[in-house]
Amino acid sequence: MLEIKNLHATVAGNDILKGVDLKVNAGEVHAIMGPNGSGKSTLSYVLAGRDGYDVTKGEVIYKGKDLLDLAVEERAGEGIFLAFQYPVEIPGVDNTTFLKTAYNAIQKYRGEPPLDAMQFLKLLRAKRDELGMGEEMMRRPVNVGFSGGEKKRNEILQMAVLDPMLAVLDETDSGLDIDALKIVAEGINALRGPERASIVITHYQRLLDYVQPDFVHVLSDGKIVRSGGKELALELERDGYASISDAA
Amino acid sequence: MKRAKNIALPYAETFGAAKAGLPGGGLPWLAALRKNAAGHLTENGLPSRKVEAWKYTNLAPLAESPLCAPDADASVPDLPQIEGTHRLVFVGGQYRADLSDGALSGVSTLGNALDTDDKWLADNLGRIAKPNGHAVVNANTAFMNDGCVLRLAEGAKLDKPLHLVFASAGSDGKVAAHHPRILIVAEKESQAEIIESHVGAGAYWANPVSEVEVGEAATVRHIKVQADSLAATHLAYTRVIVATAGRYDSFVMTTGAALSRSEIDVVLDGEDAKCRLNGVYMLQGSQHSDISTTIDHAKPRCDSDETYKGVLDGNSRGIFQGKIHVAPDAQQTNGNQLSRAILLSDGAEMNAKPELEIYADDVKCSHGATTGELDDDSMFYLRARGIPEDTARHLLIRAFIGEIVDEIETPGTRNYLEKLVENWLEREGDIQ
Repeated sequence: MLEIKNLHATVAGNDILKGVDLKVNAGEVHAIMGPNGSGKSTLSYVLAGRDGYDVTKGEVIYKGKDLLDLAVEERAGEGIFLAFQYPVEIPGVDNTTFLKTAYNAIQKYRGEPPLDAMQFLKLLRAKRDELGMGEEMMRRPVNVGFSGGEKKRNEILQMAVLDPMLAVLDETDSGLDIDALKIVAEGINALRGPERASIVITHYQRLLDYVQPDFVHVLSDGKIVRSGGKELALELERDGYASISDAA
Repeated sequence: MKRAKNIALPYAETFGAAKAGLPGGGLPWLAALRKNAAGHLTENGLPSRKVEAWKYTNLAPLAESPLCAPDADASVPDLPQIEGTHRLVFVGGQYRADLSDGALSGVSTLGNALDTDDKWLADNLGRIAKPNGHAVVNANTAFMNDGCVLRLAEGAKLDKPLHLVFASAGSDGKVAAHHPRILIVAEKESQAEIIESHVGAGAYWANPVSEVEVGEAATVRHIKVQADSLAATHLAYTRVIVATAGRYDSFVMTTGAALSRSEIDVVLDGEDAKCRLNGVYMLQGSQHSDISTTIDHAKPRCDSDETYKGVLDGNSRGIFQGKIHVAPDAQQTNGNQLSRAILLSDGAEMNAKPELEIYADDVKCSHGATTGELDDDSMFYLRARGIPEDTARHLLIRAFIGEIVDEIETPGTRNYLEKLVENWLEREGDIQ
């Protein structure tokens, strides 16, 4: 589904990614772990297409297409979803309008008919109920005045509604209490399936107690220095990143 | 140095010939008022950019334009209609009964009011907005050809919001000038909402002047939609006096005219008086919009609140000049002023000039002015959810402008303004 080959990227002239290789097949959940500053968030922004993250070498093939050639919104249309580490507050745009606009934009991109207001509210209500989110939050401006946990849950709701093929979750677990963490994990698990894949970027092993990864990779200084099964996460938890980096 | 501060307006010389054709020609008091104004206009012309208050807005092209009288019989398509309002239509500044809703209690056209040679009118017209050297007022007072007089008796409430439409069809090869006058006197505890719409086609000069007196504990809501032709010049002046516990709410939406200036001058002249001056401007191409306000806190315990927001595309230019004056004995004054602009293109420009003159010591006044671009983080977030760039821009612009349009209380009026914002967004980018 996704193949990253020798990816190099710079941010403001600084080399951050220095040759990342990663292959993700449909049906798989990959965890990317690593210390702060290793390039985890940069990798997620490069996949989503953020301005200012310049790819200097390498390629990313997604479902047979050159991903780096697509605009930000086209990547979303192709089924890529980035759950933000720091979800953005957008005053004056209510959550429902935002989600409906996004949903119908993606429908349009795929040549599918848009949902009308009633149909969309029905879909939204079902997803909201699964995540235990009240209707009141939908009327509020996007993320404005939301607690840290509410913002992350809102990311998961957006993911559930937009139903991506490849979800990239950038430290979605950071700053969550255990109940919120379980809800987020359930949201990720609900999207598991033979046709889909996820990349879970995390600093801690904690989330992986609830979301069982098929593969764990360690990103350090812009490269994947080690890959393994879920036991690798436990090893990292026990020994810390220092030992891995040293080994590399 | 006096010459340098003025631009001669040859049009002023046409007053002698025009005056016989203007309404109320037989009234000595009106003739004196007009003559005084025309005298000022001939002598002083229009202010040049050397005058501090006009340093951003250049009237030289207007002074050089071949100005002429308007055609009041012209047909004007697409007159704006606002649900739930009583509409009076003026074409080329003159009342058109055939396009209007008819009589409404407390309301008359200036032409009809002058026909009756009313003593009250003689005492009130030109009382609040005096021809005292302000060129925009002088031009209007000398040439005013019609308009609206709204007189609300004590405790009266206008049945419906009054919608005044000022339309111009322009004129071939020349620039038609029209000078509508609005006089509003709201006596004690009365209430009214007035919406002015300015529309038209081709090149013309719209020169509306409003004078408003808000009596004790009275409320006047005054909304102006300046959607003039993109070839027009719009120079407006509004002066308001608010008495004890009275309230004046103004909202100015600017989407039209090549060059426009909306100047509002409010005197909070009784204790506990309030005013709110809000507005939005949405500009593109090479449009120039100047919003200049003065709020004079003349008495204690008055509140003023003003917020203007703009989005500027193309090579457009926005100006906001906001002066707040607090008199020495105007203690416990509250004054808040905010100017926020978003530049949508590299060629757009914004000048914001707040000016606070505070002579009392127990005063809370704040002012802020920001100019920026659409937020990058927000744009990326929306696009990462599949929303195309143009749609994302529109969502953010609508949210930015909507915050202030939402404050309009009357649903019909608010819906109308929301629709104008949508129309602008649809057109945005077409004109560069």
